[in-house]
Amino acid sequence: MPSASEKSGGSLRRGLGRRTWLAIGLLLAALHLVPWFVPSVLHIMIMIFLFAVMGQGWNILGGYAGQFSFGHSLFFGLGAYISTLLYVKLGLSPWIGLGFSCAGGIMLGLFIGALSFRYGLKGPFFALIMLAFAEIFHMVAMGWNAVGGALGLLIPLKGNSPGVMQFLDKEPFYFITLWMMVGSLYVVWRLEGTRTGLYFLATREDHDAAEALGVNTFRAQMTAMAMSSGMTAMGGTIYAQYLLYIDPDSTFGVVNSVEIMLRPIIGGPGTILGPLLGSVLLTPLSEVTRLAFQSYSGVYLMIYGLILVAVIMFLPDGMIGFAKKAILRVGR
Amino acid sequence: MTVTFVVESLLNGLLVGGVYSLMAIGLTLVFGVMKVVNFAHGSLIMLGMYTAYWSVALLHVNPYLSILIAFAVLFVIGAGFQKFLINPILDAPEHNQLLLTLGVSLFMENFAVFLWSPDYRVMKTSYAGINFYLGDVSLSLVRLLAFGFAMLVSAIIYLMLTRTDLGKAIRAASEEPRGALLMGINIRRIYLITFGIGAACAGVSGAAITPFIPVYPYVGWLFVITAFVVVVLGGMGNILGAFVGGLIIGLADSVGAMFLPGSMKSIISFTIFILILLFKPTGLFGRKNA
Repeated sequence: MPSASEKSGGSLRRGLGRRTWLAIGLLLAALHLVPWFVPSVLHIMIMIFLFAVMGQGWNILGGYAGQFSFGHSLFFGLGAYISTLLYVKLGLSPWIGLGFSCAGGIMLGLFIGALSFRYGLKGPFFALIMLAFAEIFHMVAMGWNAVGGALGLLIPLKGNSPGVMQFLDKEPFYFITLWMMVGSLYVVWRLEGTRTGLYFLATREDHDAAEALGVNTFRAQMTAMAMSSGMTAMGGTIYAQYLLYIDPDSTFGVVNSVEIMLRPIIGGPGTILGPLLGSVLLTPLSEVTRLAFQSYSGVYLMIYGLILVAVIMFLPDGMIGFAKKAILRVGR
Repeated sequence: MTVTFVVESLLNGLLVGGVYSLMAIGLTLVFGVMKVVNFAHGSLIMLGMYTAYWSVALLHVNPYLSILIAFAVLFVIGAGFQKFLINPILDAPEHNQLLLTLGVSLFMENFAVFLWSPDYRVMKTSYAGINFYLGDVSLSLVRLLAFGFAMLVSAIIYLMLTRTDLGKAIRAASEEPRGALLMGINIRRIYLITFGIGAACAGVSGAAITPFIPVYPYVGWLFVITAFVVVVLGGMGNILGAFVGGLIIGLADSVGAMFLPGSMKSIISFTIFILILLFKPTGLFGRKNA
């Protein structure tokens, strides 16, 4: 598939060949059959899709607009807390909560974006300010008992009730996350072909030159931030409904920021398929090692660390960038 | 809230602040010279704490002698870190260096879990229970000593940077790497030494607080963000700024602890961090072009 996007890379009109559409269609159809044929992998697949969605959210801001965030757990946690609090305290269905989460994520994203981008914050400074905001929310969630405090919030079980996004089986979540993942891919694919998408790239590559050519870089960064934060916050809501329990560490914790950003970075930042590829590689790794080394819960993070170091040193453009280069080299 | 309590917590904040200063000096030195934001600084502090802990527990050395061991061990680790991991990607985009150090930190912390389990370990010393009294205000000996050692090492580093040839070379490399290279300064060696010193600062500050702060693999997270706050407050790369910034953040944390629940005491220093990043990213003492 990267070769398909490569072909049309030159023009703004992005068409995929009939064969590519057919392949995508067949792949999607096959994915819909997974619950009937290999139900044992559903949990891993759900996690792959969910983190691919949030990774895609990170990718829009970090990969396309070039603003690396070290605190995307902020939006993840915010999304999880908004829908859960609305449901637990007001009885509002998480389906509606999903909308509020998305809106809340966008609002917080725009707030932080307005603060940071107005002052031209970039690179490590932006990364750290995101981390600081995530940590502040973490601390508030820990200390504020009205939102569950350190114990977190339990979503009361209602049995199988689709109206409040609770299901006894994993299948519905499989389809929800699958289609969210497809949706996020579509959004980014469309984005790449728009003027806004090109503004993102121009801002990333050379902020001052883009500005000089009349690109409103502040607006481009704000747009990227809004898309990124909204998408990640929606992932948080689904996560909360899937596990039916949230606490400050498992949502706002630094580990989640790492989990979210590692996927696009390893798969290939600034590419459509990077976050999904990264998630396909990393998610099973973390799930399997967590089962295999239960007493050493950190083993997967150790491996993450090694992979991250190796990717930065040897494949700075991620797996997809590496594959593209290899294809170009062979093709020459 | 009595006056005694307020004075006592402010003084304790100042004492811890001195240790923050040393942590931040290590971080800011590395940034000033190599423009690398070292996210693994907290893990280096953690390694310093474990070095001190194991020196005392296994070799039965005096806890304050273990500071020297931590200095040497962390210098070597830091120099190796620079040589094999940082040096090859010095020319990469700056977020890549940040990510690399994040990867190293993830590895080191979870390797520590693997080696030494996630348990909290408390160093047993004969000093721990001793307190001094100034009127009603009590100060613990271990905190005073940690402050003293942090001040001593900070002073040594400051003198080294301002009075010795090595210090001159480090400052030259930080201000104008190419020019320094043309003047015959071995930049690679300077980078190696600087990173070693930066890591040694982390090691010493870690070893100095081990007598009163339990050691566990993720303990570095308690400090790394604080160290960043201090570095930004003092101005990235500014040693004196980091020194003063550490004391300010120590005080801010102790004020936070007076009014806010335990888990939220750092909110004040984090808010300072965000405000400084936004309104004066060159830090309190930064010049325009710093």
